[in-house]
Amino acid sequence: MEISIFEVAGPVMIGPSSSHTAGAARLSRVARQIAAGPIKHVSFGLSGSFAKTYKGHGTDRALVAGILGLREDDERLADSFCLAAEEGLSYDFHPIELDGFHENSVEIAMETQLDGLMKVVGSSIGGGAISIRRLNGFNVEFSSAVPTLVIFQLDKKGIICETTRILAENGINIGNMRVSRKGRGEIACCVIEADSDIPPDIAAHMMRIENVLSVRIIHGDSA
Amino acid sequence: MYTSISDLLAHAQAQNSGLWKIVLENECRIGNLSEEQVFGMLGERFEVMSASAERALQKSLPTVGGLIEGAASAQRAYADSGGGLLGSFLNMVMARSLSCSEVNASMGKICAFPTAGACGIIPAVLISVAEKRGLSRRAVLEAMLTASGIGAVIVKNATVSGAEGGCQAECGVAAAMAAGAAVQMTGGTNEMSAHAVSFALMNCMGLVCDPIAGLVQVPCAQRNASQSINALLSADLALAGMKSAVPADEVIEAMYKTGRLLPAELKETALGGLAATPSAKRIQKSIFD
Repeated sequence: MEISIFEVAGPVMIGPSSSHTAGAARLSRVARQIAAGPIKHVSFGLSGSFAKTYKGHGTDRALVAGILGLREDDERLADSFCLAAEEGLSYDFHPIELDGFHENSVEIAMETQLDGLMKVVGSSIGGGAISIRRLNGFNVEFSSAVPTLVIFQLDKKGIICETTRILAENGINIGNMRVSRKGRGEIACCVIEADSDIPPDIAAHMMRIENVLSVRIIHGDSA
Repeated sequence: MYTSISDLLAHAQAQNSGLWKIVLENECRIGNLSEEQVFGMLGERFEVMSASAERALQKSLPTVGGLIEGAASAQRAYADSGGGLLGSFLNMVMARSLSCSEVNASMGKICAFPTAGACGIIPAVLISVAEKRGLSRRAVLEAMLTASGIGAVIVKNATVSGAEGGCQAECGVAAAMAAGAAVQMTGGTNEMSAHAVSFALMNCMGLVCDPIAGLVQVPCAQRNASQSINALLSADLALAGMKSAVPADEVIEAMYKTGRLLPAELKETALGGLAATPSAKRIQKSIFD
């Protein structure tokens, strides 16, 4: 049996719904890590079932909690609106249509001091599991269940060679990797899922590579 | 190591052990964990289960729409006052399951087991049986292993998603998991646990998921209460010697196929069943408009 009993006996979470509450908190907590830097305002575009039922399931409070870095089992999740006010985070919710995405999907648009506007589209695919599907217009697909690197870079030759060399030198094996670009020579987005933890200094190391614009390390289950 | 209930039974027979031991060994292997670590993680979840089964017994918790507020404390008071038709034991079982549902609906902390909507059944059954029989915490954790092993088989071969299989796949599966575990806690054989799994699923075959206003309150709380009783009566049927005419693995497959046959309106969309009644629509309008 390859299914862990803790997938059945768990997750421990704030109710009422694993997909509408726990999954929502996870989605925005991952989005927060992709944006990095202080977030001034976040705009949540709710699609499908999220748009129809978000109030009853606390999806709104869970999404704000995730932006504040709270986990899905943190009892402060229900009070996230008050916490956001204390931290000076503003937010809004609006319905959008995300065609071709899962029924429970959200676009998280974060205004940050470092990156300007960062838009993350993700889906809550059941039982609290999530899938990140779009970053600032780049199509991606990762769950954040394993340590993940999100690198924005210019589309120049040799950059992937440099970033993967740094991982290899640190004994980190790549489980999955995907690069997409807007056009030749323009900005590209590289997502790397690793088999082991990625130490924070890896990001600083990679930032020294010419034409690397930003490097984020995503920890789905910590941070 | 195992992919079915019959595998679990065969391995347990070969090792002359309880089902929980097979599930434990498998978890140690796939998670690269020691037995102590697995019991530690189970213990953390049991703390959350116990707290959620207790919390709403004391005072009612606020929920969106307030459809089940105070249900758990009222049931507990009824159990304490002599217990009506079912007696104080079974009424207390229902009170505990309602407490978990109330905590869940009020955005409190619960252990989804196997899902958040069905989070009251396994805690209510395990805690109540342990109390009735004077069992140790260790025995409860071993019961959680057996319940989880049964659940893992159902996740692998069928579904525990209401959107895919209806309420039978959430509350019904929780009842099946709890029934198998309750047999073990009462000293029944592994085969009796498997029969109890069959009975629990037979008793709710086809149960639809039709939440009023899409909230995880009505009929979810009532189903947590009724499926807790289903778990106990299924365990008692097996313990008394009744054998299932259909093996548990085939009942699980039948549950899955039945769930697939259900129309989308009856699978968590709040478009059919109770959710489509005039009263439910009025409630929905009063909450969200």
